[in-house]
Amino acid sequence: MTTQTEMPQRRGTPQDSGSTPVISVRRLWKVFGPKADQVPDSEELCGLTRRELMDRTGCTAAVRDVHFDVSPGEVFVVMGLSGSGKSTLVRCLTRLIEPTAGEVVFEGEDIRQADDKRLRDLRRRKFSMVFQHFGLLPHRRVVDNVAFGLEIRGMGRAERVKRAQEVVELVGLAGYENSYPDQLSGGMQQRVGLARALAGDPDVLFFDEPFSALDPLIRRDMQNEVIRLHHEVGKTMVFITHDLSEALKLGDRILIMRDGKMVQCGTGDELVGAPADDYVREFVKDVPRGDVLTLRWIMRPPTDDDALDGPELGPDVVVKEATRAVLAADKPVKVVEKGKLLGIVGDEEILAVVAGQEGGA
Amino acid sequence: MTVAMEKPEKTQPAEPAAPVKEARKVSRSMVVGAILVAWLVLFFVLRGKQTLALAAADLTDLHRWFNDVNDSIGANRNSNPLFLYFFNEIRLVIDSLVTFVQELISQSSGDRPVPQIGWLGVVGLAGYVSWAMGNWRVALLAVAGFTFLGLQGLWQESMDTLALTVSAVFVALLFAIPLGVWAGLSDRFNRIITPLLDFMQTMPTFVYLAPLTLFFLIGGASATIATVIYAAPPAIRITAHAIRTVPETTVEAADSLGATRRQALLKVLLPMSKRTVVMGVNQTIMAALAMVTIAALIDAPGLGKTVVQALQSLDVGTAFNAGLSIVVMAIVLDRVTTAASTREEEARRSKNRVLAWRRPLLGAGAAVTGVLIYMSHTYVWAAEFPGEGGIGSSIASAADTATTWVQDNLSGLTNTIRDVITNGLLNPFQSLLTDSPWWLVGAVLIAVGVVLGGLRAGLTTAVCVGLLVATGVWSDGMTTLASTVVATVLVMLLGIVFGVWMGRSALVDRMLRPSLDAAQVMPPFVYLVPFLALFGATRFTAIVAAIVYAAPVAMKIIADGVRNVPATTVEAATSAGCNTWQIITKVQLPMARSALTLATNQGLIYVLSMVVVGGLVGAGALGYDVVAGFSQGQLFGKGLAAGLAIVLLGVMFDRITQAAARRTSA
Repeated sequence: MTTQTEMPQRRGTPQDSGSTPVISVRRLWKVFGPKADQVPDSEELCGLTRRELMDRTGCTAAVRDVHFDVSPGEVFVVMGLSGSGKSTLVRCLTRLIEPTAGEVVFEGEDIRQADDKRLRDLRRRKFSMVFQHFGLLPHRRVVDNVAFGLEIRGMGRAERVKRAQEVVELVGLAGYENSYPDQLSGGMQQRVGLARALAGDPDVLFFDEPFSALDPLIRRDMQNEVIRLHHEVGKTMVFITHDLSEALKLGDRILIMRDGKMVQCGTGDELVGAPADDYVREFVKDVPRGDVLTLRWIMRPPTDDDALDGPELGPDVVVKEATRAVLAADKPVKVVEKGKLLGIVGDEEILAVVAGQEGGA
Repeated sequence: MTVAMEKPEKTQPAEPAAPVKEARKVSRSMVVGAILVAWLVLFFVLRGKQTLALAAADLTDLHRWFNDVNDSIGANRNSNPLFLYFFNEIRLVIDSLVTFVQELISQSSGDRPVPQIGWLGVVGLAGYVSWAMGNWRVALLAVAGFTFLGLQGLWQESMDTLALTVSAVFVALLFAIPLGVWAGLSDRFNRIITPLLDFMQTMPTFVYLAPLTLFFLIGGASATIATVIYAAPPAIRITAHAIRTVPETTVEAADSLGATRRQALLKVLLPMSKRTVVMGVNQTIMAALAMVTIAALIDAPGLGKTVVQALQSLDVGTAFNAGLSIVVMAIVLDRVTTAASTREEEARRSKNRVLAWRRPLLGAGAAVTGVLIYMSHTYVWAAEFPGEGGIGSSIASAADTATTWVQDNLSGLTNTIRDVITNGLLNPFQSLLTDSPWWLVGAVLIAVGVVLGGLRAGLTTAVCVGLLVATGVWSDGMTTLASTVVATVLVMLLGIVFGVWMGRSALVDRMLRPSLDAAQVMPPFVYLVPFLALFGATRFTAIVAAIVYAAPVAMKIIADGVRNVPATTVEAATSAGCNTWQIITKVQLPMARSALTLATNQGLIYVLSMVVVGGLVGAGALGYDVVAGFSQGQLFGKGLAAGLAIVLLGVMFDRITQAAARRTSA
């Protein structure tokens, strides 16, 4: 319940602010295989499907012509099934995998132009990453794992232990500082991974399917933890997942990938309300629409027969939240934004969504 | 001839050494039968023709040329720049290292009649190091073991062996660990070094020795270098493996935090592979100990020399006593290094309370050890091991008594076993191999290579057969081949019976595995002693020793293979109504096929190296040629050629079985 009420509050805020993006990705390609760098330049090869490209050149295009912007403070989710190139994409952003072509602009600087030293510096201070399989050091205690990034930077022992201790408490691991990773449960190990990423106070956090290896209850706890941390520290986050409900729960905006290509990029209600193609439609089919769609998606223009003196609601109110109000009112509800009437919503529209009869916009 | 050459290439026979595989396909095994019949028929027709037999004292041109090379190297050792500035320098460095360690613990140094550190100091040091690196239990074991060596009256010999082992391990690790790290980090270097390591490990230990004496003379330096060559590969391999198996995510996490290559290596890769690397060190130490004893053949001092001299004079009691020392030392070194590899984890599990005491205790231990070393440096009683080694002579005479008793009372039984196997299996097979024309045997070998391993393996076999003929010791080679194949067949029989039993029963596995592990730790030499007592100096002794040496490996591999058959598959077979025999023959063995080929490969290599060592106790053939080459100048060339022939046999076996293993697992 808590998390669901949070969604409409967070939704829509960052990208409306119009500030310059933190990360801006343009025409990004990653091709594996012989003479990989020729593929993005050749218009003919770009047009091939992944399979045809494999047969023609022996290359695999993991990321194909991807572009998007991430705004400050936003949680940007990249979603796709396994093999869709999402993990490669996130690694290209910090050049853990070297992109084949395109631009990755971070705070106005093209990361692809950075030399080794600059890149290391960026990784030490600006980015950090949380991994699916944690990547902890088994021979170090929790607190030393958390302090590892600071140690790499050359911070003194007393200082880094103090900072690590703070972060350990922030992620709720107080009391486990001196345990070794193999003495912790999977969820707690991932908290260590999270703490390690937060310890360096980076500008952007990257998450590569961080909760896929955890069981469902722990996963929900950790998702709530990420939401809480996002509220507390307000970092920009790029989050990779294959789980649509996780994407909808966490993401301000969601990028759906298939075979290395972007299929659609938008807010959760946009994906559910206006899927770009059958692939996305199939994906969002089982989503409880009332939880995601807002009134904007189900309102209809008022006709002459409608009484226009019912209660007013904003267009970004989620259907589920509005249900009680609409059904309780004996007249249709007006959807109003900044004093302007956008449309009306009656019992019919609400029931169509809640009862799952609407065929999709 | 053409018929014999072509026929097998078209067909699909299985390897005679691996009876298990013959059962795989009926059509195949029938074709095998046809080929064997063809071979037999041709054998009876052509028997005794073109067998390339060579009498023990006869030489070929190649052997004489080797002798000339040997002589000219001997004459120019101190004038040829290659020797002056390269080989001699290496020998000098190694020699000074060995001498330094020897003067420290085993030999008189300068004007001192005793080494710098006497027995009390060495025992104390061994105990302290074992405790610091491992735990107090292995420390007790080390103290007890080393004291026992002294009580056996073999203190100085043991310390010589230890000194050579320590020097060789030091040099080996100096190269092996950096090379291993490099191979772990660089794919290219790994690709270059892997076949090289394969080759070094395939070669039976014996054959390094002859060429090395050519360059480094006989003695401690050659022994150490041979040991380094033999002992370094496992450490390189295991270090590389350890670096490679560090989880990718962890390395990536370090990268994503901005670690430099150096930081990633020092803070992530090396600490995380430490435990495995220590296991590699364990392997290196055990290999070094085994090789140091064998190096007695080229006049390396120590326990091995005592064993060799006793074996040559058939003095079972003395050989047994010295063999026991080698076993004791092997057990101590193995346990201590194994404990060292698990120590950190145990320390982590135990509470910090113990850790708080550890440092002051270590300090106190160091002080006590220092006092012991000082005493052993100063007082004669602490320097020379007291007593006359009375326990050693009682062990020797007990062993002698036991041998006499066995020979008096069990000779009927042992002779029967020996004669049955020798006359029933070994002799017919050997005469089939040695009395057939060389081209017939060669054709059969090549055909087997092609069929089991594919064209490339066949090609390797053809090259090996050609070179074998060129070495001039074809006939001896065939005798060794016969012994090797017979021993391998027996090894595989044992391996399958016990391996399946172990694989199916956790209880049996728990009971057998420790003794198999222990058996693998022993230097191969030691195996000869008891069987010499039982069976006298014959080929059969070498074969039995080889079986005992090689069977544990085969058993373990097969047991693992059987255990790795998925439980659901076995369950499915049981629910379909299979009885135990059907489950073994129709499910477990077929599914463990690649383990069976791997076991054959390892079995063959182990047997080959042991059959050759058997040259010391009357196995004759190549092993004898090599041993004779060490001791008699005019046979040097022939010994070298025999060494080469052993390598060729090893390479041939290895390539065929490896290719066959790849085929079956594919």
